[in-house]
Amino acid sequence: MHFHEIIYMGGFGAYVWPAYGITFFIFGLNILSALLQKRHTKKILQQFFKDENPS
Amino acid sequence: MIFFTKLLSPKSFYECSTHCLPWILMCFILFFSYGLIGGLFLSPADYQQGDGFRIIYVHVPSAMAAMAVYLVMAICGILTLVFRIKLAAIAMSASATLGASFTALALITGSIWGKPMWGTWWIWDARLTSMLILLFLYIGFIALQSVISHPENRDRASSILAIVGVINLPIIHYSVIWWNTLHQGPTISKWGTPSIAPQMLYPLLSMLVAFMLFYAFILLLKMRQQILLREKKSTWVREILCISTK
Repeated sequence: MHFHEIIYMGGFGAYVWPAYGITFFIFGLNILSALLQKRHTKKILQQFFKDENPS
Repeated sequence: MIFFTKLLSPKSFYECSTHCLPWILMCFILFFSYGLIGGLFLSPADYQQGDGFRIIYVHVPSAMAAMAVYLVMAICGILTLVFRIKLAAIAMSASATLGASFTALALITGSIWGKPMWGTWWIWDARLTSMLILLFLYIGFIALQSVISHPENRDRASSILAIVGVINLPIIHYSVIWWNTLHQGPTISKWGTPSIAPQMLYPLLSMLVAFMLFYAFILLLKMRQQILLREKKSTWVREILCISTK
């Protein structure tokens, strides 16, 4: 199978590839959201323990 | 039974999830890779839709995952309301954005698939409309969670919404049977008379498993953060934080 055939997808490339692109984008957003939440939680907890025990 | 009872404690759940996460990620990568390669390159083109049918490998898993996530949320809602299980409320809350993103993905990929096959991006068809209602249910759930600040009231109100909204799931599933729609009928739920060739079916099943594993992976990651926040006054959280910040 040639590269051109893979991209062209029998005339449906303009529909198939964006569909997969959006899937990767949404998966990426979910991973990013989970990582950001982890960083946010860490900050909140560090502040909480700092306020609770100032020394 | 003792194992499950123990697992319901936030500390045990947190520790167990630490061991499970790498395995879930590894299985997800395996199933997703096979599904992606099989769906895009190994399965033959459809005799009617040509290569355009390959959108099925992201469209159907996202739609089924969207419904499965909502079902999980409704079950968690019952467990929260009846048994007051903290972890169920946390799982319900952590599932909402994932479910909404799967629903949006199903609608977008369906719309992209609809254009070359039906000649339109959107039609007020029973299946499409009921999926759009599911997206609104998810958005409503997220909005409800963000406006109520008291944790117990928030859990109770969102549990009720999750349980009431579950009525939409059979409507989505049977919409193609009950109404005359443009959307095609069930493809892989007809186990008795499968309407899809095995070379096309296996990558699809693999993608289905991959989507559910992805859900489990992100859900656990998010639940772990919420557990730490809710249990911040416990000693074990302090110990974990000290270890991780050294």
